[in-house]
Amino acid sequence: MKSISSWGRLSHEDHHVIPLNDRQNVTNLIQAQEGRFGIAYGMGRSYGDVALNPNGHLWLTTGLNHLIHFNESTGRLRCESGVLLKDIQRLLIPRGWILPVTPGTQMVTVGGAIANDVHGKNHHLLGSFGDHVQHVKLIRTDSTEIECSPNLNTEWFAATVGGLGLTGLIVEAEIQLRPTSGPWLDTETIPYANLSEFFELADSSEKDWEHTVSWIDCMSNKGQGIFMRANPNKELKDVPKMNAEKKMPFLPPISLVNSLTLRPFNLAYYNLKKYKAGSSIAHYENFFYPLDKLLEWNRMYGPKGFFQYQSVIPRNVGQDATQAMLKEIEKSGEGSFLAVLKTFGNRESLGMLSFPEPGVTLALDFPNHESRTHKLLSRLDAIVKEAKGRIYAAKDARMPRELFEAGYPKLNEFLKYRDAGISSSLSRRLLGS
Amino acid sequence: MKTIKRIAIVGATSSIAEHCARIWAQQVSVELILVGRDQKRLEIVSADLLVRSPNTTIEMVVTDFIHPAAIQKTIDDLFSVSPIDIALIAHGTLPEQQDCQNDLALNYDTLEINGASPVLYAEAFAQHMAKLNQGSIAIIGSVAGDRGRKSNYVYGAAKGLVTRYAQGLQHRFADTKVSVTLIKPGPTNTPMTVAIKGSEKFASPEEVAKIITSGIESKKAVIYAPAKWQIIMMVIRHLPSFIFNKMNI
Repeated sequence: MKSISSWGRLSHEDHHVIPLNDRQNVTNLIQAQEGRFGIAYGMGRSYGDVALNPNGHLWLTTGLNHLIHFNESTGRLRCESGVLLKDIQRLLIPRGWILPVTPGTQMVTVGGAIANDVHGKNHHLLGSFGDHVQHVKLIRTDSTEIECSPNLNTEWFAATVGGLGLTGLIVEAEIQLRPTSGPWLDTETIPYANLSEFFELADSSEKDWEHTVSWIDCMSNKGQGIFMRANPNKELKDVPKMNAEKKMPFLPPISLVNSLTLRPFNLAYYNLKKYKAGSSIAHYENFFYPLDKLLEWNRMYGPKGFFQYQSVIPRNVGQDATQAMLKEIEKSGEGSFLAVLKTFGNRESLGMLSFPEPGVTLALDFPNHESRTHKLLSRLDAIVKEAKGRIYAAKDARMPRELFEAGYPKLNEFLKYRDAGISSSLSRRLLGS
Repeated sequence: MKTIKRIAIVGATSSIAEHCARIWAQQVSVELILVGRDQKRLEIVSADLLVRSPNTTIEMVVTDFIHPAAIQKTIDDLFSVSPIDIALIAHGTLPEQQDCQNDLALNYDTLEINGASPVLYAEAFAQHMAKLNQGSIAIIGSVAGDRGRKSNYVYGAAKGLVTRYAQGLQHRFADTKVSVTLIKPGPTNTPMTVAIKGSEKFASPEEVAKIITSGIESKKAVIYAPAKWQIIMMVIRHLPSFIFNKMNI
């Protein structure tokens, strides 16, 4: 038994950890033992309880880290599900191929990226991770193996992409990479004073910029923030030495993100970025994964951990709902430092439980102040529900079941593909088993 | 003088060995010989290395880790093709100490696979390298071999045997061009240690592999990986029994 936490560090409960190292020898290891079910666990970067299963089994997939085949001329990579996105990027960018879609950290496994159908800053152009998966091999706890792809067993594929690990253990996957000219990006940083300006910037950038994202100062109720956009730089070739990673050196006794620090911090950050606004050139690791440079940054919220809250709101009510959420946050006195606002492209996701849908997505983090935080999040839930939006399960540890059901209309269809021997804290909370 | 470095890795599917192979495969002009017990697992490792470094030459050898005659033949066959420049002996198992105390057969197997088997491999490589007066032998021991402790003395005793053997080989080859390196990893975050509390704080196999490959390159006699274990184990070795015996380690 081993104490396991997810990235939000909200709980530290004992799990039976079963390491998977040999893809030929998975079937026996994932069967229920003594009535205990399991769930796959990779790098533990999901914030809530999607990969937690206290007192049950966790199938540790990071030992499944083998690359299987790479076609240098088509850019098709086949690998085991525990391979890290970071390893793929570092290996193949110098060879001219890049992962089309990556989330804000590259310290995640391929299996986790599929199961949560993660998205990145280029959703408007390339959709989510699952849109580039060409094949998945699942092993189920009843020992069946299922091969699925956009053309083969397509319902299984749609259930598994974004399927929260509940359709079977993803053992292998094939991903279509994208040609790249190198690791550099041309970037632009533009301050915006309010939400209208944000939406104008987002709309006008979608056509000509591959990557768009913004940091929003949620302590200022007008919605000021910093908009960032980037395109690949086609000239610079040299691959530089990576900066060394630093580690959060200690676990502070209270959250470093608190009411005393947040306002000056946000103000300083806004003004620093505003001062440095303009064009520049950035390395992809610094632009896409800035937080990866500070290992274990999640510890800055102190021993009680933190909640992430990411919603997507349909575009027609996006601005009003975002404004309303910012107001609620301001009123509550709680605050978020890593607040990210981004528009998704006008495309539906392929997974039955995939999160991205056309609209605007706001990601927030809140130090865990227990009932105070829960109350605020419930008020945000009400706004999301009224706006017919949804919450991102990969980041969630507390959404009510009815909000999940309202947000994911294909849920009933999905349930047909569930593996009865797989269970997580999240599935028990939101699906009842 | 030949330009391609021939590197044999015994126990090539072990996590640390595999990460050493990934580092070596990135170097130019390397031929890797992966020695293991399971053909299919060797194929998985080999395919992975070829995706990472398409120009590497890889050979797989399936063999036995226990029988002296099989070990002798495996190594003779390797040298009959061409000399081996670096031999990394990395195989082993890490069962629960308590299980070894209760099950003498498991106890015996643990001593055999972690103690007798690696030294027989080392001796077989040594026979050929002595004749050629060239080559590097690197054996993965463990900090567990530095002092017997209640939490892992069966495994530790086998690794202690490897330590003495490596010392003897180093003495024997002191004035030759054969180098012998003993590697003592501290607890490493590998599949073998996942169940141990706090294993996420252990060094990663990547870090350990970097230390090993560069230590072999510079022909060090003993490598603690990471280096802090040299100091920790010096303290543990020198603790007087009346203190040591009260410790729950």
